[in-house]
Amino acid sequence: MAERNPAERDDNLLDIRNLRIEAKVYPPGEEPKTITLVHDVSLTLKRGKVLGLIGESGAGKSTIGLSTMAYGRGGVRITGGEVVINGRDILKQGKRGVRALRGREVCYVAQSAAAAFNPAHRLMDQVVEAAIGHGTASRAEAEKRAVALFKKLSLPDPENIGNRYPHQVSGGQLQRVMTAMALCSQPDLIVFDEPTTALDVTTQIDVLAAIKDAIHDTGVAALYITHDLAVVAQVSDEIMVLRHGRLVEWGGTRQIIKEPRQEYTNALVSVHEIEHREQNPAGTPVLSVKDVTAAYGRSHVKVLKNVSVDIYPGQTLAVVGESGSGKSTLARAITGLLPPEQGSITFAGRTLSNALAQRSKADLRELQMIYQMADVAMNPRQTVGTIIGRPLEFYFGMRGRERDKRVAELLEKIEMGKGFVDRYPAELSGGQKQRVCIARALAAKPRMIICDEVTSALDPLVAHGILKLLLELQAEEQVAYLFITHDLATVKSIADSIAVMYRGEVVRYGPKSKVLAPPFDDYTDLLLRSVPEMEIGWLEKAISGRRMASAGN
Amino acid sequence: MSSPIVKLVAQRIALGLLLLLAVSVLIFAGTQILPGDVAQSILGQSATPEALANLRAELGLNDPAWVRYFKWLGGVLTGDLGTALSSGQDIATSIRGRLWNTLFLAFAAAVVAVPLAILLGLLAVRYRNGPVDKIISGLALASTSLPEFFIGYLLVFFFAVKLQWFPGISTVYDGMPFLDRLKAIALPATALTLVVLAHMMRMTRAAILNVMQSAYIETAELKGLSPFDVIRKHAFPNAIAPIVNVVMLNLAFLIVGVVVVEVIFVYPGMGQYLVDHVAKRDVPVVQAVGLIFAAVYIGLNIVADIAAIIANPRLRHPK
Repeated sequence: MAERNPAERDDNLLDIRNLRIEAKVYPPGEEPKTITLVHDVSLTLKRGKVLGLIGESGAGKSTIGLSTMAYGRGGVRITGGEVVINGRDILKQGKRGVRALRGREVCYVAQSAAAAFNPAHRLMDQVVEAAIGHGTASRAEAEKRAVALFKKLSLPDPENIGNRYPHQVSGGQLQRVMTAMALCSQPDLIVFDEPTTALDVTTQIDVLAAIKDAIHDTGVAALYITHDLAVVAQVSDEIMVLRHGRLVEWGGTRQIIKEPRQEYTNALVSVHEIEHREQNPAGTPVLSVKDVTAAYGRSHVKVLKNVSVDIYPGQTLAVVGESGSGKSTLARAITGLLPPEQGSITFAGRTLSNALAQRSKADLRELQMIYQMADVAMNPRQTVGTIIGRPLEFYFGMRGRERDKRVAELLEKIEMGKGFVDRYPAELSGGQKQRVCIARALAAKPRMIICDEVTSALDPLVAHGILKLLLELQAEEQVAYLFITHDLATVKSIADSIAVMYRGEVVRYGPKSKVLAPPFDDYTDLLLRSVPEMEIGWLEKAISGRRMASAGN
Repeated sequence: MSSPIVKLVAQRIALGLLLLLAVSVLIFAGTQILPGDVAQSILGQSATPEALANLRAELGLNDPAWVRYFKWLGGVLTGDLGTALSSGQDIATSIRGRLWNTLFLAFAAAVVAVPLAILLGLLAVRYRNGPVDKIISGLALASTSLPEFFIGYLLVFFFAVKLQWFPGISTVYDGMPFLDRLKAIALPATALTLVVLAHMMRMTRAAILNVMQSAYIETAELKGLSPFDVIRKHAFPNAIAPIVNVVMLNLAFLIVGVVVVEVIFVYPGMGQYLVDHVAKRDVPVVQAVGLIFAAVYIGLNIVADIAAIIANPRLRHPK
């Protein structure tokens, strides 16, 4: 809390005027060029208020958030405008002045607390570091304050949790410790940069509630950055919608979510459920998993316990659960990457051998996978044509013009034109990369594709497009999907049947209409209640209505 | 300090001992393969066949190789390294003083080189890609690129011949006052420091720069810490493992690789002892020195491994 003029008290804490931010980019095979990330954005924030910054990736929301600390990641530079905090333009302060501001007047809460904490130091030392470094508190005072904050953020064992190292604390807890770290310096402004995005949906709700209470009780102002409108609606007073580094709309939370004035805001606000009529199980299942039990290494902890599910041709089974529930392990067991200890897997009438090495080429071809991280699932030094052409060569022996023709057809199918054949993955957007991965899976003419969180890393509108594409392709090719996700909204739009997994077991399984209809078991109830709704006051209602506490706590 | 650390450390030590045993076999086998006959080389070309046969029997050269190996190993384990063929002296006694001399020289060089290298590495990161970084890296690279005998003679030329600050020949003897001893080894220690400095400094720089990409460095910067504090408090502790590794490699070099420098400065250490006796085909001495060098090398690498294990908070403080 720097020297503050009493006359300023009622004035704006933060006043950003015509902010312009640029970055130097190095596109492959081209001259480096300067691009503008933020185009003349202005905003103001009063003391104790919360402004939500929302938009898709590349909208410039994090960049704007970090500009309040005069910080630019990588080659990002603030090239124009003013950022006035507590009456001073911090862009004119020089290095020393900026250091005096960071960690004292403005603090930052990062998306991944697990990465943002230094693994070599105890939590307490990191939490009090800024307060002590700026001389605003003695160590004893700062530690007392930290313990009080741990209590307020309802962390377990608040007196001693500070003695732990980051790896000894769960992700949801770390995110709250990071919030405590930001609050410990008693700043005027906190920048929350997607603080709950990396968490499980059931954990997110608790962290969100803790952050909201802490903001309310300490009276700190906040910039809350997220791509999830439903989340930001729970904590903000006002919401600013950004796109491509420009302001789209700025208004009160109620106005933005109830009466959006811009078309883009409307697209974000409207619910993107795809009408997908459930198909009834018909014929013999293409894949039948029976009583599969699996563990990593020689561990006694079973990651899968007697899992049995069936998938029918041309249909989708969605596997839902939070991290650690065993849903990705199920995919590994089916593909043979993790041979099951017990149980059998039948695919297209054949019993699959447990180990990958003993499976025939047809087994491999007819069972394809698409991954969450499209950019690491492709060789960055191969062109799109080579990536999609590879399964054609490997499984069908196609060469030359025949292969090129088929690659072009596949690109057509994923709604990407011919111009993409010679591009490298780095030159594609996130959605386009995922489309190429889909085309690569389709190239093998599979009977079934395992989709492992394929839309989780994508912006909502892009994810929507991918889901629609997957459904169209299913109708055309009669391919079955095993769709792994933690997102129940996605499940509603794509699944025919659903398996809910919890700690390695299938706790609920059946057709979509049955699984998503009451009466619910406690875990499914928790999952359903934890999905944020675009409704003011949803958070409080959801917390009070829960029947069981989330596991990440 | 609970079980995982103890277990890992015990594993490393056991592995090290096993490795040392294997090296002892290799050294023994290697010296056996060498051409020439020990009895012949002791008695000279003019020896009679009877004298040779007698001496062979006396030295146990007619026993099978494995019997001789175990005799030798048993001797080593009880502190008996055998007798030198050329002088007939007990090897353990003559090595003791020389080993101490070598360790003293290595220690003196390390005391200067290690902190200096790490400090320069930290400075290079702090002013990375700027002139300070380039000057530090350039000078360090230049000093490493020059062969050590060349550095040695340069030092002798300037500081012993021209300026006459330090002696050009590093004579030390028992009971020599400590300061005189230091003065005597100033030039060889400087030469060694210049040889090892750059490697350690550049590894320090690279290891810390690698850590500087982490998200927690951004957190530290956003707390308003000064750039040097960010490096010292947040980057350095996470770069310790690779740095300790390279430091230990260089310490091992200081002890094992001093041969050339010791010869240049006529310093009575292990290196010179080894070179002398290789020339004289004195197999027991070469074996003994080889084994000691191997032990030093393996020992320091175990220390590096253990330091890396202890530096990892995940192993030090399990869940």
